[in-house]
Order: sequence, then structure tokens, then C-alpha cells
Amino acid sequence: MMNASPRMTPPVRPEIEFDVTPPAELGDVAKPLSMLEKLTENTAVRRGLILVVIALVWEAYGRWLNSPLTFPTFLDTLEALRDGIASGVIPQRLSVTLQTLVVGYFIGLIVAAVLTTVAVTSRIGTDLLSTFTAMFNPLPAIALLPLALLWFGLGRPSLIFVIVHSVLWAVALNMHSGFLSVSETLRMAGRTFGLKGLRFVFGILIPAAFPAILAGLKIGWAFAWRTLIAAELVFGVSSGQGGLGWYIFENRNTLDTAAVFAGLLTVMAVGLLVEAVIFRIIEAKTVRRWGMQRG
Amino acid sequence: MSQALDAQAAPDAQTLKPLVSVEGVTLQYKTPDHLVTATYRVSFEIFQRERLVLLGPSGCGKSTLLKAIAGFLQPVEGVITLKDRVVSGPGPDRMMVFQEFDQLLPWKSVCANVAYPMLVNGVGKAEANERALEALAKVNLTKFVDAFPHMLSGGMKQRVAIARAMAMKPDVLLMDEPYAALDALTRRKMQDELLQLWEDIGFTLVFVTHSIEEAVVVGSRVVVLSPHPGQVRAELNCHELGFGQRDSVEFGRLTNRISHMLFDGQSIAH
Repeated sequence: MMNASPRMTPPVRPEIEFDVTPPAELGDVAKPLSMLEKLTENTAVRRGLILVVIALVWEAYGRWLNSPLTFPTFLDTLEALRDGIASGVIPQRLSVTLQTLVVGYFIGLIVAAVLTTVAVTSRIGTDLLSTFTAMFNPLPAIALLPLALLWFGLGRPSLIFVIVHSVLWAVALNMHSGFLSVSETLRMAGRTFGLKGLRFVFGILIPAAFPAILAGLKIGWAFAWRTLIAAELVFGVSSGQGGLGWYIFENRNTLDTAAVFAGLLTVMAVGLLVEAVIFRIIEAKTVRRWGMQRG
Repeated sequence: MSQALDAQAAPDAQTLKPLVSVEGVTLQYKTPDHLVTATYRVSFEIFQRERLVLLGPSGCGKSTLLKAIAGFLQPVEGVITLKDRVVSGPGPDRMMVFQEFDQLLPWKSVCANVAYPMLVNGVGKAEANERALEALAKVNLTKFVDAFPHMLSGGMKQRVAIARAMAMKPDVLLMDEPYAALDALTRRKMQDELLQLWEDIGFTLVFVTHSIEEAVVVGSRVVVLSPHPGQVRAELNCHELGFGQRDSVEFGRLTNRISHMLFDGQSIAH
């Protein structure tokens, strides 16, 4: 039974000094990882593995269902995709879609940057941005499409209008909250250097808020991509030039379900490519190199 | 400090003009509920090459005072002048080193961090780079010029901040509890390095701290502030007391005297 009183003093023990082995004589302090450990550390390998598993499950389910009209197998879809690419239809539709997308995306970014810069430099600008984002952010871009058609007619300008709408608010909201979270110390440091106005925004605020801005860019990209495909599905063809959404719609009308899947797969592949390659490269060169985000 | 330096820095204060003068400065800041008076009619002067320490318990407005000298806030009463010009905003003639480690720009390498304020102020690229490397050599960071701030330890980050401030060759260097977030061993080393730098370069320093010992070691003159709101309680000389004198009778006497001032005669254990 440990019946020590709370005031019991600990025993006084003799002092000891040891000789420490020099690190050089300890042998390997760091040892290389095994091949398997290196592979499981690699993000690309891990994600690739997930894709393989999904493809296998898809193929198995498709074969078990045995109904190409409602659910084609993975291999059928790949074949349709190959045919689509070989005939040049998918690349052509994709390039139409991407062109519209890039124009809309960048207009959206520029407008967002201007709005946010006004918002951080004046109080009325802040109120303006908060009110606008609160009003328009919840409004689905696709809901504006009928109006856009009325204003800009059946064609690319209407699509660009809805893309700008879908990108603008998400990016502006992220940029603004990024700017607000820049630490007071960093702001004061910038001001002691003599930075003011736009130079302050570009020299301190934008790089310091870059993790949030990048998150905004990613969300904006996903919104834009989604909105565009949806808009194309609704009224894809304009002056004889349909995009990927139109491709999907067309093939559904002819009940070529494998080609519909091929179209969807292309949509996903482009999304994945931009996310996993382009944005990842930007991240590696910026926020992760700067230690602002862990890899 | 050494005898030779004392002899050299001996001109009569009456004939010299102060570099910075703080005259009857009352500072206030707003919180959501209150208008807080941080300092009340504080006056003191800073001369060239002085190491002036603002010392006081937390809440005496010493940091606020330093920020006012830096130009981040305007006195509601009184005036702060630097070289006879009224301080009206922050500027590179009063570089500041903060307590927080995040004062470095994480997206720039160590060398680029030090060079950046110079580039902003129109110094040529080659010269800025050269001065940056020189300043980094002075704080023993030559090996880390290409590293990014997140790879450095806290002490190293503060050294970079000091190098960055010094490379600008400001009229006065402002330091706001720069070593408060460091461990005791590193802090001591950094204080020693700062004094060494001062002997090498001879800058003018305003240093804020709440540690009596740090004040006496780092400073050549200590302004003791009383709390809530800050008023000048005393201006004391400690230019003869440095690291070497830490165990001396004079050192103990001065720190005792200061702690009595700060704690209004309450006895405190040492």
C-alpha cells in the first residue's frame, strides 16, 4: 500500500556524470527507407492505386449488370473514348470548351482581383464586396443562363458570362478572407519598409495571402468547369461549335451510352489533370516551398 | 562597455542635439468598449549611438510608445520628432524588429528578405544584395542566405530580422521585445551578439523589454515606466554595466533599485 503523505519529500540521490559517446562512433543515425516505404510515401502512387481499384470495381459491376445501354463496362468506355479521340471529335469539342473556359476564368479572376483590392484599401469597398458576395455567391450560375441568353444571345458570350459569375464570387471571397488573415506583424513590417497602396497589396498582401488565394483559384476552377459543362448540356451548340457538354448530350440522344461515359470521363480527366498537375506544380513552387502549407 | 568607448562617447549632453525626442506624449488606443490611455505625458530624448531601453511591467504602454516612434500611431497630445522632423507615419529611417517570428516574408529567401526593404527604397539590385550579404555575415548567417525563413530556428529568424533592419542603415533601430519568445540560453547569446554588433557598427537603438536584467545588460540608459497609464518613473544610466558585470555589486544594486521602483517598494524575492 502506497501510504505516502502528500508532503513526503523525494529521496536525495547521489549525483552522477557520464561520458557521452561521440555521434560519429554511433554508426548510422539516419537510414534509407525501403523501396516499399518509398512507394507508399509517394502521393502519385497512392492516388494511382485508388484509380486502378475504381476501374476494376467498375469493370466488374458492368460485366455483372450486363446492360451496355444503362451502364457500359470500363473497357467499353475506354474503347468509345479511343474512337472519339481517334476520330478527332473529342479533342475538337474539348478545345472549344477549354477556350471558352480559359477566357471566362481569367476575366473572373481579374474582376475578383480588382474588387478585392478595392475592398482592402477602403472601408466602403469592404462593404461593397461583402454585400455582393453575400447576394450573388449563393446564386447558381446556371440559374442566370436564361437571363444571359436574353442579354447576349445564343453563343459564347452567354457562356462566358455565367463562368465569370461562378468564378468571381468564390475567388473574391477567398482572396478577401486571405487578405484579412495576414498577420499584423507582417503588415507593420511592410509599412516600415515604406510600402503603401498598390505596392503594399502586391508586395505583402498577395504573397502573404497566397495559400487562401490558391484555394480560391482551385474552387473557382472547379466551379467554372462544372458550370460550363452544365451550360453546354442545356444549349450546347452555338454557330455549329459544340463543346464537351454538347458531345455528352448528343450521344445520349443516340443512346450511345459508352460515348456518354467517355465524355464524362474526359470531363473528369481534365479536372483531375488541372488539379493534380497544374495546381500541384503551382503549390510546390509557392506555398509548399515557402513553408506556408505542408506537403 | 570598455573604457575606451566610454571616453569616446563622453561629449556633454547639453551641447549635443538629441536624435529623437519624445515630448509630453500621451497615447490612446481604442478597444471595442473603451478608449484606453496607454501612456500619459511621456518625455525623453534619445541621442546618437545610445542604447535606450524602455522598461516597464506589461500594460505600461512601452510597446505602444515604440509603435508611436515607428509612426504606426499618432499621439493625442505631445510630439515625437526625429532629426527635428515630426514623425507622422512609418518609414525606413526607423526600422523595427518585432517580437513575433512571422515578421520575415515567408516567400522570400533569407537574403531576399534582407535585400527587400532596400529594393523598395530605390537601392540598386547589386548594392542591395551586397549589403544584405554583409549584414547577414555580421549576424553569422552566411551559411543560410539561400534558406527560406521556415527552415530557420526562432533565434535565427530574429537574427535575420536584425540584419534586415541594420542593412537599411536606419537613423534609429527599434526593437520590440525581440528576444521575449526565445529560450533563455538563446536569448543570452543574442543579447551578447547585439552588443557586439553595436560595438562594430554603433547604431542608435530603442529597445523595449519587461526584463530588468535584459534592460541593464542591453541598455546604456533605461527609461523606467510606471503602469496604467505609462509615465516616466526614472531615467537611469547603465552604460557601464554589461555581461561582464552581471555578478557585480553595482549590477545587483541597480536591478534592485529598478525593481523597487516598479513594484512600489513591495519586497520581492530574488
